[in-house]
Amino acid sequence: MSVVLESVLEIHPQVAVRPETFGALAYHYGNRRLIFLKHPDVVTVVQALNDHPDVQSTLSACGVTQDRWPSFIAALSSLETSEVVRERQIAS
Amino acid sequence: MSAKSLVEEMKRGLDAPICLTWELTYACNLQCVHCLSSSGQRDERELSTAEAKKILDDLRDLQVFYINIGGGEPMVRRDFFELLEYSIANGIGVKFSTNGAFIDTEKAQRLAAMDYLDIQISLDGIDAATNDAVRGEGSYDMAIRAMENLKAANFGQFKISVVVTRHNVSQLDQFKALADHYGAQLRITRLRPAGRGADTWHELHPTNAQQREIYNWLLKHGENVLTGDSFFHLNALGESLPGLNMCGAGRVVCLIDPIGDVYACPFVIHDEFKAGNVRDEGGFGKVWKESDLFLSLREPQSAGACASCGAFDACQGGCMAAKFFTGLPLDGPDPECVGGDADEALAIISRGSEPKPSMDHSKPVTLTRKKLSVSASH
Repeated sequence: MSVVLESVLEIHPQVAVRPETFGALAYHYGNRRLIFLKHPDVVTVVQALNDHPDVQSTLSACGVTQDRWPSFIAALSSLETSEVVRERQIAS
Repeated sequence: MSAKSLVEEMKRGLDAPICLTWELTYACNLQCVHCLSSSGQRDERELSTAEAKKILDDLRDLQVFYINIGGGEPMVRRDFFELLEYSIANGIGVKFSTNGAFIDTEKAQRLAAMDYLDIQISLDGIDAATNDAVRGEGSYDMAIRAMENLKAANFGQFKISVVVTRHNVSQLDQFKALADHYGAQLRITRLRPAGRGADTWHELHPTNAQQREIYNWLLKHGENVLTGDSFFHLNALGESLPGLNMCGAGRVVCLIDPIGDVYACPFVIHDEFKAGNVRDEGGFGKVWKESDLFLSLREPQSAGACASCGAFDACQGGCMAAKFFTGLPLDGPDPECVGGDADEALAIISRGSEPKPSMDHSKPVTLTRKKLSVSASH
């Protein structure tokens, strides 16, 4: 699956995100990978994913203007590949 | 942001280390000739269980993702499992290095039941002769037995950790095969002239021709082999090896030693690279964020004598610790500079005049000799 505006995402439960001046470091406890989030706005969006119904509403809520959406979709897609974010699982 | 500017960011330091080594004890059942921390005997000032847990609390608050535990032999500590469990329960993953002596069937099962735990078994030769010459009589069998026990307990992918020396460069393929046999991952690291390694480095470090061999081997296998980014000085040979091409000391890396002293990296146990102590007011966090030493290491570093060399961008002048303990200036070439630029300077440094490690916990020579003569009589 690749990320689109309608995607419903969450931070992977095995991932910890630590803010840094350049953005954030994310660490995946499962695959032991360290991933760099290279822009503070991407960090804000990633951390807000769980609070909104989908990607588009998250972007809007975080004040990301429409012209920047494509680059955020690309960033989220790459974060999905590295399992920092994933499709939201319905809590059982 | 490009990969290059990311490295520039990292050079300015992070809010917390991403690679923190914590040596739990100076006590060790072995007496390896290249031991980075000159371990052997316990230091009576070593951190108590309560103090160790306080450090883990601090690391949790700093959001340190995982720690590398070593020693000495960390499993010698009676509270080893207690600290392991405390760390993991607090969201700090653990990777620990061991010679394997204490991983019996029962311990292997206990370790296999834990999450967020990685184990590195040290092995410096593919056969007992090569390994035991460096790590001591019986240490090869010890390591293999631990691997067998971990395998039998279904631990999963542990790591086999090899320090590359003149005598095992030719065995890299065999190490890889051994790792594959155990479903393990191979990790190879650079021999540093630190601790007792300072005394044996001249005899053990790979020759210039062997360095090229290591470089070529890593180009071929690098994606599946861990290196702790320790071979970046070889990047001067051409294409960059995978990993961050920089010295992480005090920027993304540091060491907490068994008595709580904080050093810039695991290879520089020397007063000049001591940033503070976790027992100081403000604890580890203050040392990491505010110590004069770490702040100065995060400033742009001078290329010095290497400034005019075309390879500097590739090799970054190599390893600070390797320069320091071989008596070379820190703003010049690495002692293993592949361009040979350190050879002349190294040749005129009189052996014995190099800086000595600040502490030595080696067992008394008489004890070691006795052991050696006993084993020689077998």
